[in-house]
Amino acid sequence: MSTATSTSDRVADLVTSFKNNGRIVIVGGSLAGLRAAEALRDEGFNGQLTVIGDEKHEPYDRPPLSKQVLKGWVPGDHTLLPRAREVDAEWRLGVAATGLDRKTKTVRLANGDQVPYDRLLIATGVRSRPWFNKAEAGLKGLFTIRTSEDAGRLQVALAAKPKRVLIIGAGFIGSEMASVCRELGLEVTVAERAAAPLIGALGGVIARVAAEMQREAGVDLRTGVSVEKLEGDAGGHVRRAKLSDGTTLDVDVVVASLGSIRNIEWLEGAGLATGFWGVGCDAGCRAFDVNGVVTDSIFVAGDVARMPHVLYEYQFLSIEHWDNAVYQAKIAAHNMVSLEPERKPHLPLPRFWSGQFGVNIKGIGIPSFGDQLVITQGSVKDRRFAAAYGKRGRIVGAITFNHGKWLEYYEALINRSAPFPPPAPGYDAPAEMKPIPAEFPDPRTATALPTVVLTGHDPTDRAATFEPARR
Amino acid sequence: MRIVFDLNRCLGYAQCIPLAPDALKLSGEEAVMYDPNPDDSQRQQVLRAVASCPVQAIMVDFRDRGNGTAS
Repeated sequence: MSTATSTSDRVADLVTSFKNNGRIVIVGGSLAGLRAAEALRDEGFNGQLTVIGDEKHEPYDRPPLSKQVLKGWVPGDHTLLPRAREVDAEWRLGVAATGLDRKTKTVRLANGDQVPYDRLLIATGVRSRPWFNKAEAGLKGLFTIRTSEDAGRLQVALAAKPKRVLIIGAGFIGSEMASVCRELGLEVTVAERAAAPLIGALGGVIARVAAEMQREAGVDLRTGVSVEKLEGDAGGHVRRAKLSDGTTLDVDVVVASLGSIRNIEWLEGAGLATGFWGVGCDAGCRAFDVNGVVTDSIFVAGDVARMPHVLYEYQFLSIEHWDNAVYQAKIAAHNMVSLEPERKPHLPLPRFWSGQFGVNIKGIGIPSFGDQLVITQGSVKDRRFAAAYGKRGRIVGAITFNHGKWLEYYEALINRSAPFPPPAPGYDAPAEMKPIPAEFPDPRTATALPTVVLTGHDPTDRAATFEPARR
Repeated sequence: MRIVFDLNRCLGYAQCIPLAPDALKLSGEEAVMYDPNPDDSQRQQVLRAVASCPVQAIMVDFRDRGNGTAS
């Protein structure tokens, strides 16, 4: 007994000592990094805290960039995030992390500095996928959008009243930008390789509703086509786009909205489980190494993380959603300074919103995990409805168009794996509630990347080939 | 001042909109658009809007908190 007591005393001393004298480094100075730093101080961590971010700005909010900022209402540098509390930390902003040495427990920076850590949080997020043709990527008038500078530059270009804007890619951000263009009275073409906008996140049935919204708002929506070539004038400004259907468009502004790339390059050689979908971690945010062995001192949060989820057959989720960054950062911070019995799981129901064409699109769960849907409330024709998505007799996700007040009803059903089709909510039910195929595209086609991706173990979900080293 | 909406939590009751019409707008029936860094001159209106939210979806910077009715 006395030995056990003294052991637990020693462990308690270690925790107290770490909380007072430990060194925690957060790599990533955006939403997840900020909320983790605040949570660490809330959790009683009084040691040395360093936040490293490659952007020079203090943490700012990105969702307004494709809406309020492009509209010209809010300046690009006016989306700074509110602070929950005072955070005593060394903010090393404007310098990227370029390497991680797990043996010496140091993070290497672009300026050559080495920052030692006892515990590390990886929250490096994603960046926008650049235009694939490097020669064309330098054209003036060609934009991507991820940072406040990106949004500020594009806003100036839109305010100059271009004759036609071309948006390549009709995901959430591309569709929101198309909406802004129409609100600004600009002619806009949207080119999408898949059969409809948002098809990866919503499935073909609901994506057709999104397509109708775009066309009714005056968007020249072209689906099933890709942009093969951009051509500039003598001054190097983009003027023409050649589409795969043989047509040519005269354009002054082109926005490549092609999804994102996870910022993992700086971890090369560190031996962590990094890849296309981010850094693998357990549900407690601890990073896996390349062999799938969980690490003790490295944690992951936000867009760059991928973690298993019990509700979705333990498949790994990569979630590029705002509140995932917030909640995972808090869980990671808690677990970084807690012993095993107090550790918490991060098992979020993914949720998102998107305001476009005057409609509030919200979602909960993972619709694309399902294969059927049923309209449970409202009217698709009126763009006011709720749709539940199911798989093998249980509800796995829900989408609402201007029906957000009901999302909590579906959240509760998803959380307890309620039957699909779900019981009628008893309000505003359509005359007929018949499950129909949700029409998600084959996930192996790389055309439509939804913002929640199941990356897990089912080989049909995302084809991955294991090639053993050849001798 | 600095605010951020948790637009997942926001249910679109739009109680906040008329209380701070320069900082908050409704797009369509329930999509809220907001100025994340409204001018300090709007502090009172914005704090009232924050207090009016039935689901407390608006976060205010700790340095900007205070009594919305104070002078």
